[in-house]
Amino acid sequence: MSNAPRPRVKVPKTASAGEVIAIKTLISHEMESGQRKDKDGNVIPRKIINKFSCAFNDQEVFSCDLDPAISANPYFEFNAKVPESGTFKFTWVDDDGSVYEDEQKIEVS
Amino acid sequence: MMMTRRRVLALAAGAAALPVLQLLPTSAFASVEETQKMIDDFAGGQELQSGKLTLTAPEIAENGNTVPITVEVESAMEGDDLVQSVMILAEDNPRPEVATFNFTAMSGTAAATTRMRLAKTQNVVALAKMADGTVYMDKKEVKVTIGGCGG
Repeated sequence: MSNAPRPRVKVPKTASAGEVIAIKTLISHEMESGQRKDKDGNVIPRKIINKFSCAFNDQEVFSCDLDPAISANPYFEFNAKVPESGTFKFTWVDDDGSVYEDEQKIEVS
Repeated sequence: MMMTRRRVLALAAGAAALPVLQLLPTSAFASVEETQKMIDDFAGGQELQSGKLTLTAPEIAENGNTVPITVEVESAMEGDDLVQSVMILAEDNPRPEVATFNFTAMSGTAAATTRMRLAKTQNVVALAKMADGTVYMDKKEVKVTIGGCGG
């Protein structure tokens, strides 16, 4: 896969104060496990996203340490409590040091 | 000692099994013992409790490449009644560790869903650590039709 990993995040646009909302995230990534071999029998080096985190107004909400047993295009579904209007920031860290980010705003009425 | 035919056969079978046993620790697949060690490390000497933590996984997964799993812990997510982390392990994958979820009071509820790879039919283990140190465990067997770790 030559395409750069593309994150997709689903966060409700609005919520009431203190509501617990569901967040869904997906990022395109091959998650090469380091267990597979190519046609010539050489091991394909591991290249996975090893860390995912979600913060709301710079406060950590949820994070995950990923291992090669996570499927390609890692998907996460989790919850977050929204006390006020603000911004969710999502971060994925690749084995090669690349960082992929996305942001979503939410309005609290 | 009488050397009956049955006895000779039993001995031969035993001798044949021996080299296989010696090969096992070096096999590419994680052993149940390795998983147990990771459980012990995570629990840090705490006794494993059941209840509260629910691991949801399909009974039969046709494709081991993407097996949806959900973990859910009953918790108020406040004060001492807070889930700190949930670790997922697969006993018979090349490496047992799958993922570790870290929750905070901002998570609202301690629940998460992801998709994992399973090399073959095996037990998936989930462990949850609470803020007060209690450790919960849940285990599900998932039957895999096509393994998901490549050749």
